[in-house]
Amino acid sequence: MSQFGSYEERIKNFSWSMAEQELEYRPGDVINIGWYCSDRICQQGKADKPALLWEGMGGKEKTYTYNDIRLASNTIGKFLRDLGIKPEDRVCLFMDKIPELYLGFLGVLKIGAIAQPLFSAFGGESLFVRLEDAQTRAIITQRKHVSKVRKVLEQMPFLEHIIIVDYDEKKELREREVAFSLEKATPVEQFEIHPTTAESPSVLHYTSGTTGKPKGVQHVHYSLISQYLSAQWALDLRDDDIYWCTADPGWVTGTSYGIIAPFSLGITQCVQDIGFSANNWYQFIEKKRVTVWYSAPTAIRSLMKAGEEIVKKFDLSSLRHLTSVGEPLNSEAVIWSQAVLGLPFHDTYWQTETGSIMITNFPGMKVKPGSMGRAFPGLTATILDMKTYEPINEPSKVGLIGFKPDWPAMMRTYWNNKEAYESKFINGWYISGDRSSIDREGYFWFAGRDDDIINTAGHLVSPFEVESALLEHEAVAESAVVAKPDDVNMEVVKAFVTLKPGFEANADMELNIMNFIRKTLSPLAMPQEIEYMPSLPKTRSGKIMRRMLRAREWGEDIGDTSTLDND
Amino acid sequence: MDDMKQAVLEYVINEYLEDEDDEIDLDTPLISGGIVDSFSMVSLKRFLENKYQINIPDEQATPEAFDSVNKIIVLVESFLK
Repeated sequence: MSQFGSYEERIKNFSWSMAEQELEYRPGDVINIGWYCSDRICQQGKADKPALLWEGMGGKEKTYTYNDIRLASNTIGKFLRDLGIKPEDRVCLFMDKIPELYLGFLGVLKIGAIAQPLFSAFGGESLFVRLEDAQTRAIITQRKHVSKVRKVLEQMPFLEHIIIVDYDEKKELREREVAFSLEKATPVEQFEIHPTTAESPSVLHYTSGTTGKPKGVQHVHYSLISQYLSAQWALDLRDDDIYWCTADPGWVTGTSYGIIAPFSLGITQCVQDIGFSANNWYQFIEKKRVTVWYSAPTAIRSLMKAGEEIVKKFDLSSLRHLTSVGEPLNSEAVIWSQAVLGLPFHDTYWQTETGSIMITNFPGMKVKPGSMGRAFPGLTATILDMKTYEPINEPSKVGLIGFKPDWPAMMRTYWNNKEAYESKFINGWYISGDRSSIDREGYFWFAGRDDDIINTAGHLVSPFEVESALLEHEAVAESAVVAKPDDVNMEVVKAFVTLKPGFEANADMELNIMNFIRKTLSPLAMPQEIEYMPSLPKTRSGKIMRRMLRAREWGEDIGDTSTLDND
Repeated sequence: MDDMKQAVLEYVINEYLEDEDDEIDLDTPLISGGIVDSFSMVSLKRFLENKYQINIPDEQATPEAFDSVNKIIVLVESFLK
């Protein structure tokens, strides 16, 4: 029996105050996620309970109890405060999935600063754009990533501190760099946690937009309320679970459900910081006795590709609930997991902006393979007509997914971009940008994005950002970037380019351009294919017709070409 | 053979190793060791195809087959025979 129980009963009796009461929070009280995720759990008598079971490369393992994470986050918090970091200053966390990332996140929140996690595979340009927008004061990173910070440091006078958590004294620290070792630092037992309140900013996650720069999605400490409750109801997390969220905290799933939700519930979670292979993953589940697993469709499809034989080599009987996020979970993946793992994956749908799970196949409810599930209690979710933005009450008709604000984890703004934030609301609805239909039983069925954003392996990539970076390559004259269908990643980046005179369109140039984007932006943004063209299709006003190129890749009708410049 | 090993090793060091102090050898795990991610594997595959004038089918370009320089050499060699 799941904790969620009956959907109808939950809808009938729903109030967010249920979570507030469990967390002993009353409106107007101090609420600090860092405290809720460590000190509070210790006060509940679980100080010695394992909080984080970490495994890294070369078989390295570390275990942190709730008391350990309380002390470590205090220690990091004090270090930052001593550097002069103030409440609401932005502190970037730019690390692989090492313990300092998880503990540092809580430390940043404890001093009332804003945690700005960034995916550690980002290249210098991606890093710069996001730090400049946030005017980030400090970055916590590793030796292996510091060269990317150094490359763009001169352009970032606002970045005062580069904190290196694994400095080995082999080379001298440079300007603005400072070493911090959690293992060598004196643990801070008593620490004054900043008295943040419900609307105090907590986390700043950057997400890609179709046009313009990435947008900083700003959340507040009150987000805890819906993250805490949804982890119980949608992920079915219980006190005795061993939970594995495979997401990187550089993205929102990795913070909302990879740090905040499990720690605030006092759950034992495990983290693996090594590259993907089916063998590694199954071995990890077996070894840690994982019970609840939150992963992504791309990973599931990669496991499917690895075959069924390999599954038989491992004891995966500890698993009891499987969930997925990041991109539409295809029905084949659900059917496969039921057949091979004995359990279906439950899709969850939400966004960086929504901060917590909005639609899901709840545990204990009938799973409809291929469906996103039903709306979380307390939410008004609907399908809106794409022109009038009025609710469509006709089953199976596709429109835009809209939600009535507010819920606790909803973003409060886009950093420095009020205009973009306000454009997300029409007729009182938050417009998700995703298209879907609803069936007669209230299940949502994903139909696609309403824009050109590329969803590759659950990560959003802006075609605009890749096109801009392509133009910085010495050989590229023009570029257009679209999503290309892919069996495993759902979509991958494809670029169409024209070259400047004197450059040869050949395979070596293609590799050169791919590597340029990989290093400038990130491996996710690297075009998996580059097609050379003599010229790109444009409108008579000179705008590149990305839509036409995309339609060609997807085998769709290219639509109205009356504005195409045929010259 | 040794030239090929050296060329692939150098390419991996120059293109994918982020920390210049890190050292890798012919058996260092590349994919499972987190040095080359699944997206970057596409560019490594493209490098091998360009340099050795071969075509590696996607179904053979698995994380396991790309997990060390030595394993990559075995794969490339199978297309050169």
